Amino acid sequence: MSGAPLPRACAAMLRRDLLLAWRRRGDLAMPVLYAVIVVVLFPFALGPDLALLQRIAGGVVLVTVLLAMLLALDAMFASDIEDGSLEQLVLAPQPLALMLGMKILAHWLATALPLIVIAPLLAGMLHLPAAAMPALLLALLLATPLLSLLGAVLVALTAGTRRSGMLLALMLLPLCVPVVIFAAGAVAAAQEGLPWFAPVAWLGAALILCVVLAPLACAAALRIALDS
Amino acid sequence: MSSWIPLWLHKLGSPPTFYRFAGAVRPWAMGLALLAGAIGLYGGLVLAPADYQQGDAYRIIFIHVPSAWMSMFVYAVMGVSGFMALVWRMKLAEVVAMESAPIGAAFTFITLVTGSLWGKPMWGTWWTWDARLTSELVLLFLYLGVIGLYHAFEDRRQGARAASFLAIIGVINVPIVHYSVVWWNTLHQGSTVNVFGHSKMAGDMLWPLLVMTLATKAYYVASLCRRARTDLLALEGGKDWVRRIAEAEVPR
Repeated sequence: MSGAPLPRACAAMLRRDLLLAWRRRGDLAMPVLYAVIVVVLFPFALGPDLALLQRIAGGVVLVTVLLAMLLALDAMFASDIEDGSLEQLVLAPQPLALMLGMKILAHWLATALPLIVIAPLLAGMLHLPAAAMPALLLALLLATPLLSLLGAVLVALTAGTRRSGMLLALMLLPLCVPVVIFAAGAVAAAQEGLPWFAPVAWLGAALILCVVLAPLACAAALRIALDS
Repeated sequence: MSSWIPLWLHKLGSPPTFYRFAGAVRPWAMGLALLAGAIGLYGGLVLAPADYQQGDAYRIIFIHVPSAWMSMFVYAVMGVSGFMALVWRMKLAEVVAMESAPIGAAFTFITLVTGSLWGKPMWGTWWTWDARLTSELVLLFLYLGVIGLYHAFEDRRQGARAASFLAIIGVINVPIVHYSVVWWNTLHQGSTVNVFGHSKMAGDMLWPLLVMTLATKAYYVASLCRRARTDLLALEGGKDWVRRIAEAEVPR
């Protein structure tokens, strides 16, 4: 039993997941809408004070994107568990970690990329200075895949349970604290005209580590959760 | 001669043996905890002199510091036994990991509460976003996540394995808590008590602290023994040895 060669299997996996996401375009718009609504609420709650909004803009956009991703995280493996295709994937001759890596990539492309595209608009609504925009985008580009990878491990762990929404948030919080700290640190430094490369470099290092380890951990977690 | 220790340890892994062993250990550990707790509290709250700067308020460290040590120690125990549960699939290791989690969460909570009670008169604030306080809070969330994940599964052994995996991922936070006062310049003071060197603390304040540390350790052992016994009975419900215990308990 050998199956299709690896590159073709990876491409097929990616194509399948992206196609599935595209067929349900309405679901794709949900996290984006959620992020817009949350950001719009802030000026109402805090008042349209320009200086205050400018100060919190970076952090608010980061946290909003994080929460919007958390909202979509739950669905990462849900439909595949329902129709049994995830069990087929576990049995497939291709390495599970690689296949899951492709699924995570597809999920990131479908949910995080629209959020990153909309992020400058969100930041603009809160009057984030244009000078800090590159730092925000770079931080988001590195932080969102990190969250997708970490989240995938936890979603895989909860795969065997029925109620997992709130639990997922509770489990993800400790793991995403460093990500938020470094990403927000980069934006804050850029806003004050300080060099902001160091926190971004930390994010990049963490991302490289997670790209290697998280799919393996995700595969191990999935085997635990589906094993019964 | 030297082979009986590994053999005994091997036997200890079986639920009935551990059930009996824990039953024998528990009263002694609980007695030691109560005795050491009484001596330590008396020494700390009555005998030890007041601090020249903080007055009597410093006395909260006799609760705060031992619980803080336990919050990390219990997590380490949970991580190691979780690792054993995943690698060797030992039922007992799963039980120890999962029954440690609520005890560790309680110690973490006590640490946070006593710390903030002390912080109000000393720092002038209940809470500050300092590296050590934040990492201790994250530790509490890790404990809660492990407990929550364990109970989310219908099958308890599967839940224990999944939660063990989460506990192992979270082990990375323990060194962060421990070294946070070294790595970052924080409001929380650095460590005063040094295991391998000279402690920066007067002897008549140090000994109650060490006795309290012994008390919390003994309490953890006693509490773990009791919880593990209950859990083993529930897990092994259909087995012969449990039936025999149940029959012996039936009132005649």
